[in-house]
Amino acid sequence: MQDTINFLFVGVGGQGILTASDIAAGVGLEGGYQAKKSEVHGFSQRGGVVESHVRWGEDVGSPTAEKGTVDFLIALEVMESARWIDWLRAGGAVLINRQRIAPMTVTAGDAVYPSEEEILEVVKGRTEDVSWVDGLAIAKEVGDTRMTNTVILGALSTRLEVEPEVWLRVIERRVPPRYAEMNRRAFEEGRRAVG
Amino acid sequence: MKNTDSSSSKQRLLSGNEAIALGAWEAGVRYAAAYPGTPSTEILPALAGYAGVTAEWASNEKVALDAVIGASFAGGRALAAMKHVGVNVASDSLMSLSYTGVGAGLVLVSADDPGAFSSQNEQDNRHYARFGKFPCLEPSDSQEAKDYTAFGFDLSERFDTPVMVRSTTRLSHSKSPVLVSMPDAGREPVPLAPFERKPQKYVMIPAYARMRHPEVEARMEALADYAETCPLNRIEWGDKGVGIVTDGMAYHYAREIFDGFSFLKLGMVYPLPERMIREFAAQVDRLVVVEELDPFIEEQVRAWGLDVVGKDVFPRTGELTLGRVREGARAAGFPVGETPREPASVATLRIPQRPPALCPGCPHRSVYFNLRKLKLLVSGDIGCYAIGVLPPFEEMDMLVSMGASIGMAHGAKQAGCPDDIVATIGDSTFFHTGLPELASTIYNEGNTCTMILDNRTTAMTGGQNHPGTGVTLQGETTRQIDIEAVVRAMGVEDLWVVDAMDVEGVEHAIREAVAVEGRPSVVLVNGECVFVPGFERRPVAMVDEEVCNGCGFCFRVGCPAILKSDEVDERSERPKAVIDPMLCTGCTVCLQVCPRGAIYEIESEEA
Repeated sequence: MQDTINFLFVGVGGQGILTASDIAAGVGLEGGYQAKKSEVHGFSQRGGVVESHVRWGEDVGSPTAEKGTVDFLIALEVMESARWIDWLRAGGAVLINRQRIAPMTVTAGDAVYPSEEEILEVVKGRTEDVSWVDGLAIAKEVGDTRMTNTVILGALSTRLEVEPEVWLRVIERRVPPRYAEMNRRAFEEGRRAVG
Repeated sequence: MKNTDSSSSKQRLLSGNEAIALGAWEAGVRYAAAYPGTPSTEILPALAGYAGVTAEWASNEKVALDAVIGASFAGGRALAAMKHVGVNVASDSLMSLSYTGVGAGLVLVSADDPGAFSSQNEQDNRHYARFGKFPCLEPSDSQEAKDYTAFGFDLSERFDTPVMVRSTTRLSHSKSPVLVSMPDAGREPVPLAPFERKPQKYVMIPAYARMRHPEVEARMEALADYAETCPLNRIEWGDKGVGIVTDGMAYHYAREIFDGFSFLKLGMVYPLPERMIREFAAQVDRLVVVEELDPFIEEQVRAWGLDVVGKDVFPRTGELTLGRVREGARAAGFPVGETPREPASVATLRIPQRPPALCPGCPHRSVYFNLRKLKLLVSGDIGCYAIGVLPPFEEMDMLVSMGASIGMAHGAKQAGCPDDIVATIGDSTFFHTGLPELASTIYNEGNTCTMILDNRTTAMTGGQNHPGTGVTLQGETTRQIDIEAVVRAMGVEDLWVVDAMDVEGVEHAIREAVAVEGRPSVVLVNGECVFVPGFERRPVAMVDEEVCNGCGFCFRVGCPAILKSDEVDERSERPKAVIDPMLCTGCTVCLQVCPRGAIYEIESEEA
């Protein structure tokens, strides 16, 4: 169980985190690992925080990782990277989509959205391995903001041994056929963004 | 229960709920019914996709189980699915179903919610198996969810008993690999034989119930014997310094933390295999029980006189996690390795919370805005409108269970509560248990105002149909029950029917309904949930920056689309409002409450 690769996808309801983590789990399985994923939905679709665990390994037991053992923290929203940083193992990798979604507490003026410097300071307390991806901007260029999570998956894929073709195959199976080509481009742009 | 791979099988990632549906289908289930409830909701839509199964949304969990009992008595394998608290609703029938036993196999899926992610409590439904005297199976991953569900039908028929399959949120909503082979997707069910009449078994008049009770006790003895050899209970020998008895998802946490030690994994958690556990205990130095929520296994093991580490170190509340199991194990002095190092100092930054909010365009907004404005006592119910208890509304005073809003409001008034009290209940909840509650209030001439918030769907669980929507689980058109006509037929004359998007109209109706003396009144608020298929956005609203003076009144409607602008009003020195055109649905509630008329609608092409 020592060889498990742990992913934690975090963000806000509506960002496509469940789809992204579904794909990541599917890639693990297709790439020769045993894979599990776990999420909690419910109230979260009403603007709340969404978290989804994915684990790859030879023999995955728990579908969620232990706090402090996550290898890849993938934040689809900037501030969420700081909220979940305790889950990362020291020296693990953080991938942040440069997209800020202000919660109601901020829009109502009861709280302040932290600055990028403040967030980065928290994240750097755990790891130096931080990659920023302009996922939303790239997705817009590709043609649809809903491609953001595919861009991020592309960026993530550069850090893993599974071939890009496997990722693309799983993505294609998971999205409507008419979006397959756009997803392919989004994935490749995501790879380039961190390459 | 290990599946052997074959050329026709393929590993697929399935959620626990999808796997339960697949297992039921493979076992030849003919009829399934459920009322939606997180985390059980996805089981029925998954089953509805299979040929040869009649799958239905029932108006509540008892209705679902009753229909399933009838199907079983008639000779068809049947499954009912519900969340843990749904079993409470169904429990009247469940307790006596234990006496009647079954016709064809009957499986009840109880999806518990340790951690109360989407529930009003975190009760442990394994107790129902002991209370009602029937077996409980507890899978730990999707493969087992499929296998155990199928197995449950055989067990049910073999021992003439209902079988509970207990899932949890973590299992129902996790995905793990399942070996899937579906050669006969187009299966046609064999017609059933005519009903076999067995009144002494199926008709629970007192005389027959007394005759059935010894049968139940004999069955439990036979099941306890069977538990010793049940293939779902297995021992995995390792280091015998520690032996861990565990079940469900807790098994995976325990196996990772107590890596290398010995395990007794219980797939059938009631009745327990006493000899097996005693023999296991005799061979290990220290015995540990790792289970989520209550000490259900532990207390039985202790009653046999065995010494065990359990809830003295592991938490009784909340969901278990790898971290919590490690903490408990370390507290008891087991050599399980260090807790992963905490980071140095990250607590300096306050990260804003993301509390749930009513969606832009939500028809409940005008209701809670007005209830707050009128400072009424509010008896709430289960649904999205529970968000009314949170800022900016903070306008709910009690919420206990499905349908309870009406009864609680009634009781408060009957006891002499001097405040005006309003019950708020959704359309699906009204059909669930609101109907008998309203009947009782009308009958007893209670002086309460009931607001039925009809958003045309079961919104909280993701938009399922119900008797008021006119659409079935399969998406087909059916008879639609008209709530207004029902309420009138029940004898309510003081009834106001209002459009949810008419803020003043809602206020007016509440004021008049609350003013009614000596008898119940009803306000029916009509407004579609934004997630109902075919929901139409209207032209979005915009704020005229020249007119807005930053009074902040529009923020009180709690709409995620209304943001604080960077522009500050010179005189009030407060930020002006700005509306996110991507989020706005054009409901116009903010426009109606703006005291300065600073918000206006624009044509969609301008947005």
